[in-house]
Amino acid sequence: MTVHVSPPDAALDPAPLLSIARVSRFYGERIGCADVSFELWPGEVLGIVGESGSGKSTLLRCLAGIDRPDAGEVLFRGSGQPLDIYSVAEQERRRLMRTAWGIVHQNPRDGLRMDVSAGGNVGERLMDRGDRHYGQIRERALDWLARVEIAGERMDDRPRQFSGGMQQRLQIARVLVSEPKLVFMDEPTGGLDVSVQARLLDLLRVLVRDLGLAAIIVTHDLAVARLLTDRLMVMKDGHVVEQGLTDQVLDDPHHAYTQLLTSAVLSV
Amino acid sequence: MNAHPTLDTDDTRPAYNYAYLDEQTKRMIRRALLKAVAIPGYQVPFGSREMPLARGWGTGGIQVTAAIIGPADTLKVIDQGADDTTNAVSIRRFFERTADARTTEATGEATIIQTRHRIPEAPLSAGQIMVYQVPQPEPLRKLEPHEAETRKMHAWAEYGLMQVKLYENIARFGEVTTTYDYPVMVNGRYVMAPSPIPKFDNPKMHMSPALQLFGAGREKRIYALPPHTSVRSLDFDDHPFRIQSWSQPCGLCGASDSYLDEVITDDKGGRMFVCSDSHHCETRREAGHRGEMLGDAAALHLVEEIKP
Ligand SMILES: Nc1ncnc2c1ncn2[C@@H]1O[C@H](COP(=O)(O)OP(=O)(O)OP(=O)(O)O)[C@@H](O)[C@H]1O
Ligand SMILES: [Mg+2]
Ligand SMILES: [Zn+2]
Repeated sequence: MTVHVSPPDAALDPAPLLSIARVSRFYGERIGCADVSFELWPGEVLGIVGESGSGKSTLLRCLAGIDRPDAGEVLFRGSGQPLDIYSVAEQERRRLMRTAWGIVHQNPRDGLRMDVSAGGNVGERLMDRGDRHYGQIRERALDWLARVEIAGERMDDRPRQFSGGMQQRLQIARVLVSEPKLVFMDEPTGGLDVSVQARLLDLLRVLVRDLGLAAIIVTHDLAVARLLTDRLMVMKDGHVVEQGLTDQVLDDPHHAYTQLLTSAVLSV
Repeated sequence: MNAHPTLDTDDTRPAYNYAYLDEQTKRMIRRALLKAVAIPGYQVPFGSREMPLARGWGTGGIQVTAAIIGPADTLKVIDQGADDTTNAVSIRRFFERTADARTTEATGEATIIQTRHRIPEAPLSAGQIMVYQVPQPEPLRKLEPHEAETRKMHAWAEYGLMQVKLYENIARFGEVTTTYDYPVMVNGRYVMAPSPIPKFDNPKMHMSPALQLFGAGREKRIYALPPHTSVRSLDFDDHPFRIQSWSQPCGLCGASDSYLDEVITDDKGGRMFVCSDSHHCETRREAGHRGEMLGDAAALHLVEEIKP
């Protein structure tokens, strides 16, 4: 099913940032995700929900340039013409992954260098792009640590000395420092205490709004989806079974599976 | 090894070929060297051979020397800056036996200088060849253990991580603490490990008129700096690269611009700083330069007093 949704500021930015067409990925015989198509507009926040094993992470990895899909295309529109991120050279794809978008992993260990200081973690993308002024790199890292509410005095500590919530916030700073247009997040609040989750969600909401970021957020938590996303995609067995504006999908679900999902939450 | 090498092909075949390696192996190494010279700082794989010396004794450097040496060459071998260490002596003897090579301790007389740990203090000149023994050719290895990944990082000049390492050093210690094998950017393109020479020697590689060849036996890599190649030590704009310096000159020859080693002179805590380049120090003393400790050192028979 296809729901056409007008972008928030279509007049300003008349082209989608991402255009996904019939993306599929298989693990042998098993379906990871199948035949997924959608568009993401600049500044838009899309949620992907679904039960465990429904293909959320698989899809996100295809979109973020980590795993090549077996079929379909992922078009990214940076400053110029849209690029099929899997037909450009690997060098170009790696450059895009370091500059044009960022990934916040569910497990901070996958997104951070655990034996590099917090400041070094945040500064890496700046050094990747060729920044060579130590004082300026440090200043920007410090600024970003403050924006994710990590005290400056922790700057030279390593992430393994941080709490789970701090590690997630550090991941976010590490990604956002290069001012990407797009962020992918896989269960950014997973595994955190409820109060820590709430603080992180608040922070994400503010950052996304202030920076005009587009984001794709995978979550199995419908409350998180409600709070952060403009639009929602519901997955089951690797397929998208329903998509639309978040409030519509949650308040008036059409697909039986979505009805089950939302009622399961309500009954808690 | 008891057979003396000979190029005669009369009745008895020599136990081994001129300069030990067979001609096919030498050609293979020379091809790798040509490629390395054509792409300064790029690590070229080669089929490293077993050598009659334990690995770690510089078999990569020895193979490079064996592939380029000829009867007209004069060889100098340095280990720890000195010509007279066991290692230097055995490598020199190896080429005296297998290649009938003339050998020297004088930097200016050598056409090939095989080295571990140092670049001579005396400036090199056009026509000379430096051969470096390299234990670990991959400057990114400690940061990225996977070969497939470091190859990509070099291919696409993704060197941000190298800079992160320097950043970490400054953040923790206030300065970059790497003193040996300090990474360099070659020709503005490849990051290269200069082998375990002190960072003091890094500037000598920059725009050197000599040809510089690097051989890593265990890791099977060869790389090179053709004459007059730009070699820049990695740093930050506001934390520029600096070489080591000492608060006192060489105790024997008074040199204040050479790399100094600390030497213990007695069991009562006596010590002095002397040039690590032993030939450089002797040359200076022969020319009449005297350090403050020269008299004491001569009295202790640490050096022969040279009468000017
Ligand atoms: N590396 C893999 N090898 C084989 N099968 C895999 C692999 N990764 C995922 N799968 C399978 O693909 C399907 C989708 O998995 P995926 O991890 O994308 O689900 P998910 O929606 O992210 O689940 P969760 O909420 O538990 O993280 C599942 O059937 C899963 O078993
Ligand atoms: Mg998942
Ligand atoms: Zn001296």
